[in-house]
Amino acid sequence: MAKFKGAVVVNTERCKGCDLCVQACPSHVLGLADQVNSKGYHYSEMKHEDDCVGCSACGYVCPDACITVYKVKIQ
Amino acid sequence: MTTKDIIKPENLVYGKTKLMTENQMHYCPGCSHGVVHKLIAEVIEEMNIQDKAIGVAPVGCAVFAYNYIDIDWQEAAHGRAPALATAIKRLQPDKYVFTYQGDGDLAAIGTAETIHACNRGENIVIFFINNAIYGMTGGQMAPTTLEGMKTATCPFGRNTELNGYPLKISNLLAELDGTCYVTRQSVQKMASIVRAKKAIRKAFENSIAGKGTSVVEFVSTCNSGWKMSPHDSNKWMEEHMFAKYPLGDLKDTEKVHTEAK
Repeated sequence: MAKFKGAVVVNTERCKGCDLCVQACPSHVLGLADQVNSKGYHYSEMKHEDDCVGCSACGYVCPDACITVYKVKIQ
Repeated sequence: MTTKDIIKPENLVYGKTKLMTENQMHYCPGCSHGVVHKLIAEVIEEMNIQDKAIGVAPVGCAVFAYNYIDIDWQEAAHGRAPALATAIKRLQPDKYVFTYQGDGDLAAIGTAETIHACNRGENIVIFFINNAIYGMTGGQMAPTTLEGMKTATCPFGRNTELNGYPLKISNLLAELDGTCYVTRQSVQKMASIVRAKKAIRKAFENSIAGKGTSVVEFVSTCNSGWKMSPHDSNKWMEEHMFAKYPLGDLKDTEKVHTEAK
């Protein structure tokens, strides 16, 4: 069975740290960073990069459109 | 394969639509408005109607919608968005005219305009954000506030004897002959977001086909007004709001014209 591997890029300045993408991720890839952005929000970032399957659930639920998702098929 | 190797333009599966501007939205973190804005922008981009879409912004949290979606906008007086949209659509029938209203705008001060625009069967689309509270002014009771729900103006919970019952305005509008499509959606999960996007697309198609007024209600959260975290308010919405405002299509027909003799 073909496997998928994904990667998430968060626009950290646009992110407001609402935590919705973290809760939506079925593979528990995302988490809130210890650092804050210029507005003082703990932005979202990939904590477990290897587990991402590129399902885009985080991108769909993001209210601030700050998530870009990439996906490749691994043979 | 490392994350860096995956991040290439050819592997892109999801990203911000070009119709959303670079302006940071003023909404609170986790607000449903952002998702609905994004969906409307995505549908307009997919249908390639950027030059033909005209939005009518309400008074409420979405008053600055023109800053975020790169199409033509017009600002309406409080609650009068359907009346303004009627004028725009009648003057320019080839345009996709939609209003974007909250529950205070559509179901309180603008009830008359909403009902009469729907009753006339204007070929416009009404997007209705129902979060059961007045978000912008600080969380006062709205007509759609649930029974027993605490807000700033009913701190002991909405008492139906004193404040009346939650107004299910979409059900009212579905009864009118002028409406062709009335549906209730939500945007808290990936599956519901995909369904909501389909509903938005269908509403725009109805508008240009001249079938009548389309109303898309989004049962939404207002985590600041409800005083919960975004995730908790989504759960609260699923448990309480969906019981009063069940999701699904309330009406899907076409208005019938009667020619004047």
